[in-house]
Amino acid sequence: MRTRVKTKLIIVLLVLVGALVAVTPSLTDALPGWWKKILPSKAVQLGLDLKGGMELLLEVQVEEAVNNALTRYASDLKTVMRDEHIRIRRAETTAFNRLLVEVGRDKYRDEAAAILREEFPGIDVSEESETTLVLSFPEEEITRLQENSVVQALETIRSRVDEFGVSEPTILRQGSRRILIQLPGIEDPQRAISLVKRTAVLKFMIVDEQASVDNVPIGDVVLYGKDYDPATRRVQRTPYVLEDRVLLTGDTIKDARVRYDTQFGRPYVSLEFDKIGARIFEQITAENVNRRAAIVLDDNVYSAPTIRERIAGGAATITGDFTPDEAADLAIVLRAGSLPASVEILQKWTVSPTLGTDSIRKGLMSIAFGFCLVIVFMILYFRFSGIVANIALIMNLVVIMGVLALFQATLTLPGIAGIVLTIGMAVDANVLIFERIKEEQRTGKTVRAAIDAGYSKAFLTIVDANITTLIAALVLFQFGTGSVKGFAVTLTIGVITSMFTAIFVSRTIFEAWLENRSLEKLSI
Amino acid sequence: MDFVKADINYDFIGKKRIAFVLSMLVILLGVGSLFLKGGPLYGIDFAGGTLVQVRFSEAPGIGEVRDVLAEKGMGSAVIQSQGEEAIAVRVKSEEGQSEDISDEIFSIISERFSEQEPSLELVEMVGPQVGSDLRRKGVLSIVYAIVGILLYITLRFQFRFALGAVAALVHDVSITVGVFSVMNIEFTLPIIAAILTIIGYSLNDTIVVYDRIRENIRRHPKDKLAGVVNSSINQTLSRTILTSGTTLLVVFCLFIFGGEVIHDFSFALLVGIMVGTYSSIFIASPVLLLGGKGASAARTSIRQA
Repeated sequence: MRTRVKTKLIIVLLVLVGALVAVTPSLTDALPGWWKKILPSKAVQLGLDLKGGMELLLEVQVEEAVNNALTRYASDLKTVMRDEHIRIRRAETTAFNRLLVEVGRDKYRDEAAAILREEFPGIDVSEESETTLVLSFPEEEITRLQENSVVQALETIRSRVDEFGVSEPTILRQGSRRILIQLPGIEDPQRAISLVKRTAVLKFMIVDEQASVDNVPIGDVVLYGKDYDPATRRVQRTPYVLEDRVLLTGDTIKDARVRYDTQFGRPYVSLEFDKIGARIFEQITAENVNRRAAIVLDDNVYSAPTIRERIAGGAATITGDFTPDEAADLAIVLRAGSLPASVEILQKWTVSPTLGTDSIRKGLMSIAFGFCLVIVFMILYFRFSGIVANIALIMNLVVIMGVLALFQATLTLPGIAGIVLTIGMAVDANVLIFERIKEEQRTGKTVRAAIDAGYSKAFLTIVDANITTLIAALVLFQFGTGSVKGFAVTLTIGVITSMFTAIFVSRTIFEAWLENRSLEKLSI
Repeated sequence: MDFVKADINYDFIGKKRIAFVLSMLVILLGVGSLFLKGGPLYGIDFAGGTLVQVRFSEAPGIGEVRDVLAEKGMGSAVIQSQGEEAIAVRVKSEEGQSEDISDEIFSIISERFSEQEPSLELVEMVGPQVGSDLRRKGVLSIVYAIVGILLYITLRFQFRFALGAVAALVHDVSITVGVFSVMNIEFTLPIIAAILTIIGYSLNDTIVVYDRIRENIRRHPKDKLAGVVNSSINQTLSRTILTSGTTLLVVFCLFIFGGEVIHDFSFALLVGIMVGTYSSIFIASPVLLLGGKGASAARTSIRQA
């Protein structure tokens, strides 16, 4: 055999073996230990539509993060002004990046402005009317706050999902303020959503016993608690009048665990504060003995127990009508920390694992049927040459799967459709070549000359035709999301590998076959 | 074996008028349908809204489901049957609608039809913002693909050929879109993927014919262009029919066995591949002959290429 043909055969075999090695992990779970050490051992990744699971696209409400930061200034500012004996009638965020401060008397205004400019150099203070000032962040600060809020939300959600125990979650930032979450194989999508979405801002506030809901004094707020009434089987909303001062927030929580009370076995969440939190907690409880402390989570009052005595050691509990799952999730969100701003669900997609399995079955069936039909057709139409094309086609399938596994690309249902389509298109190259060879044979060329001419004349046509498909596939890859991207991936891989198998592999087979044989006419 | 005789010489170019008229009629039909229906019918991903698919041991009647949902104030929900064991419920996204609408729908259905063992199979929720984003991107992607291909063909052949190819593409895309509109099939992301594939595929066919035209012009520089184009179509006819045949074969398998999820997708491919094959013979090549002066200019530059 000529060395050139030998070299080509070796290349073909190497690629085939390489592809088979890459595919093997997808076919079996029982890989020997030495295999995992030296050879690729990752299986083809299945998309959510085949595996089941949930995909969420969230948008962080970054404007809210800016306003939250402003609101924090509002409470600092009140403290500062109290020390300076300037009466503040109100200080609240009235619009995006706009903290309106109203002083008690107009003579205070300039004095207050001067103090604010000195105390808070990072913030713009402007006089609006005789008695009002407006505080706002400069442009760079807004950008920084918004960017931070997305980064922080991403981190928080990631640690919540990690603790929730999802295998192989994907949590990615998309664009400036969006977060994409993929949770394969989760059983209870609703629970996962509430876990991810929960802002989880925990506050300790003091109940104002003197006030009533009908007559809420300035400086108080009304928040509600939800109580389940077993008699009416309804959830009741109980109002609480609270002093509008946050004594302690969830930022200082070191740990949160689910516990069960010894009497009824009901779950509750026990909190442990860090050093600073513990000190503040001790101080609050000391100052407010015999008053009620409301535990407020995301503006819902969970409980408002009476403080019996000063509590040292930095531990607190949250009780409520929890199911064990609810308590577990609450502990997770408290441990992972709060979101800097609320998140909105832009897109939600859940697929049950049964539907996924069904799709895999149907996809494989389509591949099998399409494949068999094409193979039978090629043999009937092109005889011996059809067999050569079929060998190339089978190899193409193996190489596609190998490349998918090697690059850890995700296979989706449209992706399977892409493979099916590639089967049809891969034979196109061989059809082109074979039809050309037929033409050349008719002009009276020898078998070898006809094959040479057929391949060389069809080559550029094949490349041109495939490049246009590639352009379409690349555009699709750029623009597509999720499962559609999977289609672009397999189509791209398929077009490239099919050029190799249909041109190089099939020709090599012909050449090897023709070695030491002289045929009158090629069976084509 | 040969489906097509080697010495076939059918007068395709002579039929170009009939073909143009036929194509125009089909396209107009589609455009008319789009016009009457106020644009294409968008699926969840483009229109925004929520889709809930529930599987049962035996699906309840669509009317029953509609009544149950209407009782709970969801009278605007659209209910579709998905085979004998599943139904799909669709609601538009509305201002102030709760994010949990999918859970509401499922709990209403599972409460009422608990004996038929309902299980939640698929939920898709797309906010209106994302929907319009995707719509814009979808249109853009088709435009980008067409422009990209136009550039590539201009580079490899010349502008006149690119025009012919793009005429065929626009033809294929508008017929596919028209067929979808006439048959009330929804436009979804996978359909855009199918259309892009059709663009690539239709070109594949067109290029094979163009390549042959270019080769024949070089070989027989004295012949009339119309004759050269026609014999090029005839010479590649066998291949065109074979490839379209094998591709249709596999796409047909996808259509039959691929299941509900990709039914419309494979249908789009089916339509597109047939139209694409037709257009590379009857549209892309005859367009090269349009405009007398241009045609002779075309062949001069081809000869030089």
